[in-house]
Amino acid sequence: MSVQELKSQTLSSSAVSQAAGEALRKLNPRWMMHNPVMFIVEVGSLFTTVDAVRLLIAGNASLFNFTLQIAIWLWLTVLFANFAEALAEGRGRAQAQALRSTRTDTVARKIEASGTITMVPGTQLRVGDRVVVTAGEIIPSDGTIIEGVASVDESAITGESAPVIRAASGDMSAVTGGTRVLSDQITVQITANPGETFLDRMISLIEGAVRQKTPNEIALAILLAGLTLIFVVVIMATEPFAMYSGAVVSVTVLIALLVCLIPTTIGGLMSAIGISGMNRLLQRNVLATSGRAIEAAGDVNVILLDKTGTITMGNRMATEFVPMPGVQERTLAEAALVSSLSDETPEGQSIVQLARERFQFSQTSEDLRDAEFHEFTAQTQMSGIDFGGRMIRKGSSKSVPAFVKEQGGSLPPEMDREVTRIGRLGGTPLVVAEGDRILGVIYLKDIVKPGIRERLQALRDAGIKTVMITGDNPVTAETIAQEVGVDDFLAQATPETKLAYIKQEQAEGYLVGMVGDGTNDSPALAQADVAVAMNSGTQAAREAGNMVDLDSSPTKLLDIVEIGKQILITRGAMTTFSVANDVAKYFAIIPAMFVTVFPGLGALNIMHLTSPESAVLSAVIFNAIIIPLLIPLALRGVRYRPVGAAVILRNNLFVYGLGGLALPFVGIKLIDLGVTALHLVSLHP
Amino acid sequence: MTVAGVLGILVFVAVLIAMAKPVGLYLFAVYDQRRTFLDPVMRPVERGIYRLAGVREEKEMSWLEYFLALLAFNLVGFVVLYGFLRIQAALPFNPAHMKDLGPHLSFNTAVSFMTNTNWQAYGGESTMSYFSQTMLMVQQFLSPISGMAMILAFIRGLSRRNAHTLGNFWVDLTRTLLWVSLPISFIGAMVLVALGNPQNWGPYVTAHTLQGGTQSIAQGPVAMMNAIMQFGDNGGGFFNMNAGHPYETPNVASLMLQLILGFSIPVGLTYYFGKVVKDTRQGWTILGAMLAMFLTGTLVMYHAEAVGNPLLAHLGIHGANMEGKEVRFGPALSSLFETSTTAVSWGSTAAANDSLMPIGGLITLFNMMSGEVIIGAWGVGLLGMLAFAILAVFLAGLMVGRTPEYLGKKIQAFEVQMATLAMIVPTFVILGLSAWAVTSKGGLAGIYNPGPHGLSEVLYAFASGVGNNGSAFGGLDAASPFYIWTVGLAMLFGRFAMYIPALAIAGSLVQKQAVPESGGTFPTHGMLFGGLLIATVVIVGALVFFPALALGPLAEHFALWSGHVFGGGA
Repeated sequence: MSVQELKSQTLSSSAVSQAAGEALRKLNPRWMMHNPVMFIVEVGSLFTTVDAVRLLIAGNASLFNFTLQIAIWLWLTVLFANFAEALAEGRGRAQAQALRSTRTDTVARKIEASGTITMVPGTQLRVGDRVVVTAGEIIPSDGTIIEGVASVDESAITGESAPVIRAASGDMSAVTGGTRVLSDQITVQITANPGETFLDRMISLIEGAVRQKTPNEIALAILLAGLTLIFVVVIMATEPFAMYSGAVVSVTVLIALLVCLIPTTIGGLMSAIGISGMNRLLQRNVLATSGRAIEAAGDVNVILLDKTGTITMGNRMATEFVPMPGVQERTLAEAALVSSLSDETPEGQSIVQLARERFQFSQTSEDLRDAEFHEFTAQTQMSGIDFGGRMIRKGSSKSVPAFVKEQGGSLPPEMDREVTRIGRLGGTPLVVAEGDRILGVIYLKDIVKPGIRERLQALRDAGIKTVMITGDNPVTAETIAQEVGVDDFLAQATPETKLAYIKQEQAEGYLVGMVGDGTNDSPALAQADVAVAMNSGTQAAREAGNMVDLDSSPTKLLDIVEIGKQILITRGAMTTFSVANDVAKYFAIIPAMFVTVFPGLGALNIMHLTSPESAVLSAVIFNAIIIPLLIPLALRGVRYRPVGAAVILRNNLFVYGLGGLALPFVGIKLIDLGVTALHLVSLHP
Repeated sequence: MTVAGVLGILVFVAVLIAMAKPVGLYLFAVYDQRRTFLDPVMRPVERGIYRLAGVREEKEMSWLEYFLALLAFNLVGFVVLYGFLRIQAALPFNPAHMKDLGPHLSFNTAVSFMTNTNWQAYGGESTMSYFSQTMLMVQQFLSPISGMAMILAFIRGLSRRNAHTLGNFWVDLTRTLLWVSLPISFIGAMVLVALGNPQNWGPYVTAHTLQGGTQSIAQGPVAMMNAIMQFGDNGGGFFNMNAGHPYETPNVASLMLQLILGFSIPVGLTYYFGKVVKDTRQGWTILGAMLAMFLTGTLVMYHAEAVGNPLLAHLGIHGANMEGKEVRFGPALSSLFETSTTAVSWGSTAAANDSLMPIGGLITLFNMMSGEVIIGAWGVGLLGMLAFAILAVFLAGLMVGRTPEYLGKKIQAFEVQMATLAMIVPTFVILGLSAWAVTSKGGLAGIYNPGPHGLSEVLYAFASGVGNNGSAFGGLDAASPFYIWTVGLAMLFGRFAMYIPALAIAGSLVQKQAVPESGGTFPTHGMLFGGLLIATVVIVGALVFFPALALGPLAEHFALWSGHVFGGGA
């Protein structure tokens, strides 16, 4: 089963039954200790159970009935919380299992220092070892290709069935252990020791998600423990006050009040929220090296985005033919077309397409069989075709004019003007010439990705500053920056300027997120607070990042930020909800506790619950069942919309704050009606 | 309730709002070392003090150094006061020949005045010599400054970035004394004298009553003590009867002046806070939340008092509850004063809180149990409110999808730990000691009223001690060894359980970089946050006392209205 297949796995019945079993196993006090809130509930359950047994022996049938039901619901409270955690863990474990299955034991062909090849188990390979992998074989461990090119099937980890090309040198040289070479042969230098590979780290991370708390989780756990401690003291003090007042309050009722008051809802769901956040990230094919990194993603206030691939389509498209004076546009288009017919690059194809659209040319590359091609090279900066005595050239605004001059031609002044104009518009001018005559200029335009403007606006609304990174000159960069609406741009970016930019932003207090793939991105990735490395990138980049995007999608960072925020929002919403719930529970239980000694306190029974026993039981039931009711929300996460914090706060406070105040009044009342109808406990007021 | 009464209360709140900015700006000038009109007089004095004490003005302290200086300062104040009280008879200015105080009472009183509580387990005119009263007054000058120093350090922690120090305690102390405490209480005392407060050092006067008996009328430097007692939110009155005494509060004008004096610094500090953090909306929001709770409390109490006692109504006696009230002030002013004294934590009373209607008593308890954050005394009120703001930010702040921040500073595990600690200790002490009192012989013996009212009396005493309020509900034998020691401990815990975590938070925050504000920042100003803050104070701060309050004032209230009384009593 691949990670991909896991996406379809939801709350299947087997997952539920497995989690139910796990929930029982987690009742072990040693396990419960890690969650003080639920540990207190477990201790309370134990006490009430003992109390119930005592009442049974004493023959007090009516009180036994009540105490037993309270005890059952308290145990259920603990079990529900354990179930939520187990369910989330189960999903993570299945994912880890899927990853582990790819780490099958392989035999590697290791190149010894002498040059001979020996067969060794893949698990014995150490950093620096070299291995040869040929078509059909599985790459034994993480490494960098030092020789050769191969197509590699990475579906085992990415779920993407289309093979990817991996080659020595350049930014696509990293390979991952567990992936399969489909063609050719490569020599790989191993970059990870056994147990430290990419997969190993991911597996241990997913499995260890429970034990590793993120900074915000730790802080929240402290607060919840503090609140629990306060309520323990409140309840302990209530008994002397009751004694002083002449009221008899049973231990069971005191424990029921305690459990209702301590933040069991968030306490029970907290780890599920964290684990499921990590799972959601995994479902989007992002592997994070720590929960801390995901949480930091929610905090990011500046993100650096590469222009090419993220903001614009990777390739420029021809959008306009600009003929020189005295030249027909059709002439220019025809020359551009024939010179591009054999050009397989996206730019070339876009020129062909534009020319055909405008003038319905019918030539194909078949018609140019005897033509002589001049390939585009970094030195010549132009390409061309010679056929039938015609010499057509197209290329940069420096090389083509130079060619024309060489041929004895002259340059029209309009050419310079057009070249400058197109450059200023953020485009790339491509000059076309035939023989000694400049025909005109092709406007190659950076095509902004559809929808990117809206996404950037959404980020801005969420208070995140977007910065475009580009190798273009500042004029071009500014044009595109304005067009798509980024807040800032870094033109003619080099690894050094990127690093400096990040450091400067961090010095001002910002958390910076970025995506990178090449080795030259690694210093910046290492410096950034949230660094997403593309899986297709180099090993160095993957080491420097704290997340790896298996899809190698440059816009994935935006998703990651949203997931980071979603986790925090879910946690905050449930905390607020849990604390706000207390008000109604006070009003249910306090009058029930003291109404016998102070009948006037019945006035506080604003829900008009039937009897003291039904009131206490209803509050306890509400407190218990709210946990499973909120499990889907905890696993899915509270919906996040990229709007300003003030709006999010208002909406969430309304739903989870006011809702948290009001809902238990309704819920407890309804449960009380049920309890009354079923005569579950004594209904004597 | 009368229209005039409600209007008067509203006008008073309006005056408080109007006061905040000028007082805040003055405080800002004093602590930001800007020019003030007092500089020509005070600056040389200040320099002289530093030279004498060997204080280097520019040397700042870390949070721990700051705390140790504060602790040393408090400790010396305690020891000196304790010593003087023990040997009072041998000291001068004792025309009424007061005896030495015993160790229990001396401990309780010295703690009480050191912690700005001014819980008085003694009657001033029948226990203290003029010398001792003056020594108490010295503490009334000094103890509020501890609170002031705390908030100055705390605000610096919030506003400074990447720093390590929180200011110099000795400088904060000296500047507060010279620029704030002395000049304003001097002016205040002068006005009080003009309004009829006595100010003399003469012997007690013997008066012949109309019935032919004789009565000894206590005299002394009343105006002087009265001014600093109210201005410094101390509340330890010259007379046992406190502000209800005609010498302390001869008329409504002097009552209003005392109220204004008591509110001035705490209210001004909210504006000062906004000014220092460079966003005055922050200060207004805090003040708004405080005043909303204050106004609600005052009106609820006023309503309860104005409706009066239903049992008396059955007897044909209609009208407001006048038991324990000065006829000169009536229910509206008395409600305003008693809500104020418990909210602002100065603790001087102009009416007997024991005789308030149960709901009135509930309001006074609520004001203290919520942590004395509804205005609160010098510095500590705002400090407590800021601790609640940090909790509110943490509880709800996650809901905007970022690590919670307050004023750009990230609120993380350490801050949460300390804020939780600051919240836990007072709750533990109030509930723990109250529980002990109602189950132990010593505690029960000191309760004069049976039933729920007795529980209210006990809760009030410890809430007042922990909150460093100092007002007494009455009806409790505060001078019995049990209460002398337990309340004494409550006062100590209440003070230092707040100081240590607060300074630790400041020490941690001051080192942090601030996250610049953006659209993604949790807004900590405006109505929404104000409401959230109030909800946090009520739900997290006060509702934990709900079970206790249900058995105290609430039980009494409902019993009263259903015609049930709790007989007996001393």
